[in-house]
This record gives sequence, C-alpha cells and structure tokens, in this order.
Amino acid sequence: MEGPANTLSYFIAGYGVIFGVLAFYIGSLIVRWRNLKQDETMLAELEKKEQAE
Amino acid sequence: MNAKPKLLTVMDVIAGVMFVTAVALVFFYAPLERVMGLVQKVFYFHVASAWIGMLAFAVAAFYGVLYLVKKDARYDRVELAAVEIGIVFAFITIVTGSIWARPIWNAWWTWDPRLTTATVMELVYFAYLMLRSGIEEPERRARFGAVYAIIGFLSVPLTFFSIRLFRTIHPVVIGSNDPGAEGAFDMTPKMTQTFMFSLLTFTVGFVTLLWHRVRLGALSDKVEQLKLKLQS
Repeated sequence: MEGPANTLSYFIAGYGVIFGVLAFYIGSLIVRWRNLKQDETMLAELEKKEQAE
Repeated sequence: MNAKPKLLTVMDVIAGVMFVTAVALVFFYAPLERVMGLVQKVFYFHVASAWIGMLAFAVAAFYGVLYLVKKDARYDRVELAAVEIGIVFAFITIVTGSIWARPIWNAWWTWDPRLTTATVMELVYFAYLMLRSGIEEPERRARFGAVYAIIGFLSVPLTFFSIRLFRTIHPVVIGSNDPGAEGAFDMTPKMTQTFMFSLLTFTVGFVTLLWHRVRLGALSDKVEQLKLKLQS
C-alpha cells in the first residue's frame, strides 16, 4: 500500500507564509506605534515652546 | 491612554502561549492525513485564518452601524482596525489555500467559486482602505468608511456560502461536500481537537490584535489633532 504523498515542501511554504505575514503585521504595529510616540513627544515639545513664547 | 493596560499584557501572554501550543498540536499531535500527507496540516491555520477574516469584517460592519448611529470616533477606530486585521488574515487564507491546492488540485490557482469570491472579498476591503486614504476630512472619512464597511460585508456571506451554493472543487469543512470536491478528508478526534484549539487560539489572537490596533488608531488621532492645533 502506498503511503501519504510527499508534500513536505508545501507544508513548509504554507507555515512559512503564516508565520511571515503574522510577524510582518505585528512588526508593523510596533514600528507604527514607536513612530507615533516620537511624533507625539516632538509635537508636545513644540506646543510647550509655543506657549512659552 | 498611552499606558498599556495590564489586561492587554495578560492577553498578549495568553495569545502567545496559545499560539505556540496550537503550532505544537499541528506539528506533533495531529495525525498525518493518509493521502495528502503533511500539506493537509495547513488546513488548521488556513481555516482559522478564514474564520478570523470573516469575523473581522463582521465586526467592522457592526461598528460601522454603531458609528452611523452614535457618530463616535471610537467606533470608527474599531471598524478600521477590524478591516485591517481582516485583510491580513484573508490574505493568509488565500495564499495558504493556493499552496495547499498545488499538490492536491495540481494547480496553484483555479477560478473556482470559493477562490473567486474570497479574492473579491479581499479586494473589496483593499478598496475600503484606498477610499479612506482619499478622504481628508475625518468625519466624512468615517461616515463613508462606515457605509462602505456595511455594504462591503455582503461579500462575506457570499464567500462563505459559495461552496454550498455552487459546483466547486473546494471541500466543505462543516456540512456535506460537493461530489466534485477534491482534497476532502474525514477528521479524526485528534484532528478535530487540533482544529477547535486553532480556532480558539486565532479568536483570542484576533481580540488581542484588535485592541492593539485600536490603541494605535487612538494615538494616531491624537497626533493628528496635535498637528492641527499647532498649524492653527
């Protein structure tokens, strides 16, 4: 009797896509959060300076 | 708003642990399917991703309705967050489905009703993001987005029922298969347990990601308001 088909490479490709896309999306959330925090800090400082002037 | 809630940290840990457990179940616990071999294991996360994609678009439509009724920007943020996450998981579903199809159907792609409707659904929500990016005025953007999220949701039941309404080679997980379906299999108890745990894991992961994305949206709105304040 024949065994299961050898589909290891497709299995690896499938889970590679799942892990890769999820890691990319989570990474994008982290990067966007950091960038926005930097913007927020910078804008808050500018606002303080304007109020002082 | 910026301090991370403790509950969100707890959810991060739970979602992470559950994800690792789900991967271990798929890799080491779920049995090897006797015809398709290892590629069948893509099924667990492929279907879980499809579930999250559709759930996310349903959440977006629900919050779209809430926004139109209450005109509260918080609902708009949840709607946008849900659409973005839905797009990510629908993309995973389509790509993993194509990879699974190659050795089973002997083709990367076929214009089968399920594959076609899933692609249309994905494109409908890409267009949602494009629509939003083309409107500068926040209230108008939110209103248009809400209406679009509600109408765009029509593509979700169409995708879900496509394999039950039309002749298709795509197997049905719940219910009876079309006689022309290729790649169908009978689930053993271990397969069912792994599948159910994967669904639960992805659902917890969705809630966690949604919360993070909503917080990101709130911070983005705050920065936008600060910019407008300084400009004026």
